[in-house]
Amino acid sequence: MSIARLSAPELLSKNKFNVDEEEAHIIIDKAICARCSDKACLYVCPAVLYKLDKNGEMSFDYAGCLECGTCRVMCKEKGIIKWVYPRGTFGVNYRCG
Amino acid sequence: MSQAEDKFDAIIVGAGPAGSACAYTLAKAGKNVLVIERGDSPGSKNVTGGRIYTYALEMLEPGIFAEAALERRVTHEQIMLLAGQRAITVDFHQPGFNAEDQAPVSFTVLRAVFDEWLAGKAEEMGAIVACGIKVDRLIEEEGRIAGVVAGEDEMYADVVIAADGVNSFMAQEAGLIQDISAKTMGVGVKEVIELPAQTISERFNLQADEGAARMLLGCTEGIHGGGFLYTNKQSISLGCVFTPEEVAQHKRSVHEIFQDLKMHPAIAPLIAGGETIEYSAHLVSEAGVRGIHPKLHREGFLMIGDAAGFVINTGYSIRGIDLAIVSGIAAANAIIAAAENIASVGPNYIQELNRLKLLPAMKAADGYFEVLETPWIYDKIPNLANDIMENLFRISGEVPLRMKDNVLGAIKANGLTVWQLAKLGIKGVRSL
Repeated sequence: MSIARLSAPELLSKNKFNVDEEEAHIIIDKAICARCSDKACLYVCPAVLYKLDKNGEMSFDYAGCLECGTCRVMCKEKGIIKWVYPRGTFGVNYRCG
Repeated sequence: MSQAEDKFDAIIVGAGPAGSACAYTLAKAGKNVLVIERGDSPGSKNVTGGRIYTYALEMLEPGIFAEAALERRVTHEQIMLLAGQRAITVDFHQPGFNAEDQAPVSFTVLRAVFDEWLAGKAEEMGAIVACGIKVDRLIEEEGRIAGVVAGEDEMYADVVIAADGVNSFMAQEAGLIQDISAKTMGVGVKEVIELPAQTISERFNLQADEGAARMLLGCTEGIHGGGFLYTNKQSISLGCVFTPEEVAQHKRSVHEIFQDLKMHPAIAPLIAGGETIEYSAHLVSEAGVRGIHPKLHREGFLMIGDAAGFVINTGYSIRGIDLAIVSGIAAANAIIAAAENIASVGPNYIQELNRLKLLPAMKAADGYFEVLETPWIYDKIPNLANDIMENLFRISGEVPLRMKDNVLGAIKANGLTVWQLAKLGIKGVRSL
């Protein structure tokens, strides 16, 4: 395989995840996000999990989270109302690290 | 069941290098130690750029590096300045960094592999390592930290050690820090790209077990940060670190900027034919000694490794794993020396961090922080260096510029002044 620019979903597909289907470890309040002018999360999340949908509303999927914590420290308006590590054994499972 | 029967000498939260080094040292001294790790296996939540300085392993147990799960022995120290399509590479080769009768200076490393090995060594010494369990909170009794809660379980210890990494929720629980500040943090992203060992050796001009470590400047679109490349045995770790605050203003995703770096004409051939096997990300403290939390302990509680803020970034080298191990050893020594006098553990710990030269080393590197704060070193300096090189080597048949005019012209073209550069030089000389 030759080297190519990879999209975030392509990159995430290389990783091993054990997604916790019962409990989201990060929850956002879209109403608060709508008031945020910076929306830093759109740019700082390495997995590009924060996106604006067609209506300009913030959407987020915790499934591909790399658990770095950057969105948490950058969230100025506190639209991220919950940020904890996934429950034991769940989440990303690095094989290289 | 009485509490005493169920009580450990120490509970360590997190089985990274800090936690496992601490557990190893404590267990070796006969202490009753429990390490709790939220990942499926030690290291499965952890990320490095790429390297460990071996002296720390030697401090843990002389000679143990020989059996450690490490990658290549670094003998090539490289710095690369990127500007547009251009690149300047400096390669310092010292075969003596891997001399036969002594420990190599440093190894490249992959954390999922290394951390699992080190935790295994702690287990061999008698520590209990419990994986797949997340500590939810701390237990406080009579003004001191007395244990941890994980799900339904309560576990007690004389000392709880926070080795839970840069986001340390344990330290927040203990009331020692508010929260980490984005201003002092970098976000790092990394791809691990698999290639045959022979191909890597050929591309980087490496002997059998030799490795290269490369720092890259000029690959962040002017954002405070830089890239890195480490050769592992059968893969290359390529990544980049950014100051998230500046990324937010720049309004371009770290993922996008990093993919540009990967496809750079000076980088892409090094990884050509390889296959990306993992994409990882992590926060790293960028403030050096200023990023160390002001209070590293309270009664019954210590912070070690990234949780404490132990990282040194000089621009040409980045140290974290070694400091994690040293701080783990310091914490263990502090507990061993305290014996029954739990109140003395905290002060002992600070004393040990000084005796083992961790805090002095961090203080000595403080000047780099000032230099690295200079905003234009991330784009204008690499561009200036490449401009000067280009003027030197582009022969056209015209009368070539005098060297002085080449340099002064390039400084001006980059929107800089001789005075600015002189000031940076003076600052550098003063603070380094």
